[in-house]
Amino acid sequence: MSEPHGSGMSEPMISIRDLRKTYHAGEVDVHALRGVNLDVQKGEFLSIVGHSGSGKSTLFNILGGLTPPTSGTVHIRGRDLRGMSEGDRTNLRKQEIGFVFQKYNLLPTLSASDNIAIARNIAGKELQFENEFQESLKLLGIAHRLHHKPRALSGGEQQRVAIARAIVNHPAILLADEPTGNLDTENSNIVLKLLRDLNERIGQTILMITHNPEAAAFGHRTAHMRDGCIID
Amino acid sequence: MVTKLVFENLKHRPIRTLLTVLAIGVQVTMMLTLVGLSRGMVEGSANRTRGVGADIMVRPTGAAIIGMNGAPMPEGIVDFLQKQPHVALATGTVVHVYSGVDSITGLDLPKFNAMSGGFRFIEGGTFQTPNDILIDESFARQHKLNAGGTVNLMNRDWHVAGVVESGKLGRVFLPIKVLQELTAATGKITVAYVKVDDPRNTRAVVDQIHAKIPDNPVYAMEDFLALVSVDNIPGLNSFIRVIVGLSVIFGFLVVFLAMYTAVLERTREIGILKALGASPGYIIRLLLHETVLIAVIGSIVGILLTYGTRWIIMARYPASLTQVIVPDWWPNAALISLLGAVLGAMYPGLKAARQDAIEALSYE
Repeated sequence: MSEPHGSGMSEPMISIRDLRKTYHAGEVDVHALRGVNLDVQKGEFLSIVGHSGSGKSTLFNILGGLTPPTSGTVHIRGRDLRGMSEGDRTNLRKQEIGFVFQKYNLLPTLSASDNIAIARNIAGKELQFENEFQESLKLLGIAHRLHHKPRALSGGEQQRVAIARAIVNHPAILLADEPTGNLDTENSNIVLKLLRDLNERIGQTILMITHNPEAAAFGHRTAHMRDGCIID
Repeated sequence: MVTKLVFENLKHRPIRTLLTVLAIGVQVTMMLTLVGLSRGMVEGSANRTRGVGADIMVRPTGAAIIGMNGAPMPEGIVDFLQKQPHVALATGTVVHVYSGVDSITGLDLPKFNAMSGGFRFIEGGTFQTPNDILIDESFARQHKLNAGGTVNLMNRDWHVAGVVESGKLGRVFLPIKVLQELTAATGKITVAYVKVDDPRNTRAVVDQIHAKIPDNPVYAMEDFLALVSVDNIPGLNSFIRVIVGLSVIFGFLVVFLAMYTAVLERTREIGILKALGASPGYIIRLLLHETVLIAVIGSIVGILLTYGTRWIIMARYPASLTQVIVPDWWPNAALISLLGAVLGAMYPGLKAARQDAIEALSYE
C-alpha cells in the first residue's frame, strides 16, 4: 500500500479538535459526538469504522458541511467550519467535498453522464469533461455506460458513476458513506479497489465510513469510533 | 443542464405534466374564449347593424349603446323623420329579446328592403301569412331548420317562410305589426333608421334631427359603430376582470398542487442536489424553470384550444354566440397564467430550498 501523498507536511488536510455535536430530540439531548480529535493528511485514505450509533455518520455530515458542529473546531484545508453560514457550507460542498453514498443517490431522470455533469453545473464549471477526468472514467470502467439512466445500470455501475460524480470537480476530500453497503462481494471489491486506485493515482484524499473491517482494510489506516469518540 | 433536468423531470411524470399543462391551457382558453365571445358578439352586432344600410340611427331616450329591447319610441317618429330635408327613407324596427341574447326583429319589409338592398334568400321566400317568420342561415343551422319548417318562439309555432343570408339587422324576423301586437307595443318602435339622399348630408341631417328631438340620441351610423365596443357594455369589463382574477387563482392552485407534489416526490433528489452544493437559489430556479415551461406550454395549448371552442360554438350556437380569435390578448392570457403559476410555485419552491439535506437524503 502506498504512503499518503503529502504525508509529513506540517498542515493536515483535515484537522478536528474536540468536536462535539448534540442533537435535540424533543426534550432529550442526544450527544452524537463527544470530543473527536482527528488529523487526516492530504492524499490519505482513512477508514472510519464503528457500529451503528457510534457517531460516524454525524462526523461524515459535519465534514461534508451538511450540518454545523455544536462545538470544537474542524479545519479543512485551513478553512474553519465552525461558525460557517449555510451559504459558506454550501460553497464548501461545492468546492471541497465529494460525496459517495451507500444508496448511490443518482438523479433517476438523468443519464449517468448528466448525473456527473450536473455536479459541474452546480459548481459553475464547463460541462465538458477534462482529459484528466476522461482517464478517471476509463479507470472506473463506465466510459461506455454514460448514456444510460441509473435504472439501466447495475448497483456496481451506479456506485462507480456516483464516484465519478464525486471527483469530477477535484474535491479536496472524497467522503464515502458505506459505499459498498448495497453491493455484493464482487462489486464491493471492484468499488473498493477503484477508490484505492483513485487515491494512489490522483492522490485523492478519501474518508470512508464502514462497519466492515475487510472494506476498512483498503485504507491506509483505520479509525475506530464508539459512543461519539475515536477510540484508536 | 438545468433545462435538461427540467425536461427530464417533466417527462418522468407525463400524466401529471399533461394534466398541469391542460389545466393551465383550460385557464387560458377560458380567458380567451370570454374575450373572444365578447368581441365577437359586439362585432357581429355592429356588422348586422351596418348591414341595414342606414346613414343615421335614432334611439330612445336613455338607451345604452349596446343592447336593444322593448319599444319605447312612438312609431310616429318614422313619419317625422321621413319628412326631414335630405331624408330619402326612414323606417322603424322593433327588437324583442325572447331568451338571453336571442332576439326577434320586427320590420317593415318593403322599407327595409329599400334601405338595405333586400335580403338574399337562401331558401324559401318572404312573408305570406301573419304566421310566417324569416330566419337567417346561422339561426337555421343552430336549430336545424329549413324553409317550410316550424319553429316555436314566444310560445307560438311559426312557419319558416324563408332562410336569408346572415348579416342584416338580426337573425329572426317578423312583420313589425305582428311583433308589435305580440309584445303589446302597438304604435311603438325600438329604433329608427334613416337613409339620406347623399351621404355628404349625413352630418347636417343628424344636427337638424337632434335640434328637433333633443332628448333622443341621434347617431351618424359611422359614429354609432365606432362606439360599439366591449368597453361600452356596462359591466362586461368588470366581468372579464373577475374571470381573469379567477384564472390567476385557478392557475395558482393547479401549479401549487402540482409543484407541491413534485417537491414531496423529489425530496431525495433535492437532498442530492444540496449535497452536491446546490444553493437554495439553484433549487428555486430549477422549480421556477419547470413552472415557466409548464405555463408557456399550457398557454400555447390554451391558445390552440381557443380554436376548438370557436369551432364548437360556431357549430352548435352560430346564431346565439359569436367568438373571434383575439391574438392581441394572447400575451395577456399567457402572462396571467404565468403569474398564477409562478405564485403557485413559490411556496413549494421555498419549501424545497429550505429542506434539510440530511433529512432529504434519508427520505425513502
